[in-house]
Amino acid sequence: MTVKKNTGLIRIENVSHTFHTDTGVLPVLNDLTLSVPKNGFTAIVGPSGCGKSTVTRLVAGLLKPDKGTVWLQGQKVNTPRDIVGMAFQNPVLLEWRTILQNVMLPLEIVPNAMSSAEREARAQDLLKLVGLSGFEQKRPSELSGGMRQRASLCRALVHRPEVLILDEPFGALDAFTREDLWQTMHRLREEEPFTGVLITHDLRESIFLADEVVVLSGRPATVQYCQKLKQRGPKSLDQLYTPEAIQTLNILREQIKIARKDEEDKL
Amino acid sequence: MRQLAVPLFAIILFLLFWEMLVWANGWPNYKMASPSDLWPAFWRFKWLFFTFGWETLWRTVLGLIIAIIVGVLLGMVMGFSKVVREGLYPLLVGFNAIPKATVVPIVALMFVGQHDLNTVLIAFMISFFPIAVSVSIGLSTLEPEYRDILRALGASKFTIFWKIALPKTLPEFFGALKVAVTLAFIGTNLMEIVSPHGRGLGALFDSGKTNSDYPLMFAVLIALAILGIALYYVVVFLERIFAGWAERQAD
Repeated sequence: MTVKKNTGLIRIENVSHTFHTDTGVLPVLNDLTLSVPKNGFTAIVGPSGCGKSTVTRLVAGLLKPDKGTVWLQGQKVNTPRDIVGMAFQNPVLLEWRTILQNVMLPLEIVPNAMSSAEREARAQDLLKLVGLSGFEQKRPSELSGGMRQRASLCRALVHRPEVLILDEPFGALDAFTREDLWQTMHRLREEEPFTGVLITHDLRESIFLADEVVVLSGRPATVQYCQKLKQRGPKSLDQLYTPEAIQTLNILREQIKIARKDEEDKL
Repeated sequence: MRQLAVPLFAIILFLLFWEMLVWANGWPNYKMASPSDLWPAFWRFKWLFFTFGWETLWRTVLGLIIAIIVGVLLGMVMGFSKVVREGLYPLLVGFNAIPKATVVPIVALMFVGQHDLNTVLIAFMISFFPIAVSVSIGLSTLEPEYRDILRALGASKFTIFWKIALPKTLPEFFGALKVAVTLAFIGTNLMEIVSPHGRGLGALFDSGKTNSDYPLMFAVLIALAILGIALYYVVVFLERIFAGWAERQAD
């Protein structure tokens, strides 16, 4: 495999992608370049349907770009690789497994030398970290939406992936549960270092969780704006209401407006 | 205790009503048998009941097993490939639309004298359709995220099928199997009644008819009901083991 020196652990280089459907061609990404440093956490925001999810599928290797290259740890991404963990808006837990068995699922796929006792201990540690101790033997349907999403995060992290891809994982939750999960994310990041990509529609979520917020333009998407965030490490919810944070939010909101207008112009 | 007593009481009440009806109308045996005639009729031919009952049972089960294998395979290719689904679906619907009672004499003539073969064949033909449809729908409606969580880890297609698609389809599969087991049983009996000199409870029923032995015919009906109930509950039992998770716990 070609090895290339570059700065980011994840590097998307001049990627363009077009979907061919029954109704015609749909260009989604146009010359997109962005990189995420090791243990960095980048949030990607943009108008609905601008191709944000396509970016996650490219990084996960579920999709090959028409043009350009995606690099992970200096290696070209051609196929899915087990150094990636994913969580979606739909927690997709398997109803025929207990919560513990659901979390352990990736360990059955990814080659590892762990004994079944070690796997169980690993899953239990994660569940404890997200506050799901005591729910190991429950079925997914017995849990609330927020708890299911917590379990889904544990499953994404159980095999200690280098990269964690989150595709709107908190989008379907109510505001209070969402804020709870934001705190959980910070705890996870402290205990389980990973390089993260977060797709979100929520600007407050993006500045609360990420080190960098990338605004994508309208479809076909390219990087329109990058906002580095100063504060790192554990944050408290109060920090969302500082003048600084409000200013950042305003800038991002303006950028989204531009992106949406840009999309209308392209249509 | 109550769970057993109530249905038992209902059955006894039903038999009493039946007996009364025959007695009050003064119906002779060749018009309508009464429950008290059934036991002597069964006892007289008890060995035939056991050997033919076994015959009917294994033919039904074998037909059903073939239906499961073929149905699941058909369902799998239809579930995974849109082209195959579009091609096969009209054929299957057409095949299923033909009342199997009309196919029975054709198969009986085709494989004349091969009672085991033609009976198993009809049991299979009548029962594979719901299985194929349920498996194909279960697989084709699998949300892409379910596939992606394993695919992103580099899992093979077979692993995804084995760990996700197959168990997720099990509740639909067992729903279809409950229908299929009843259908297979109907198929077996249709063929046994039509096929001359065949064996099985259907043949016993037919010989009861030729000899105007009404009590025997009714005794066969009861034997068939018992066998049908047993088969159905075997499926229910298997469902509890393999797809019990799909049952919602009461809050």
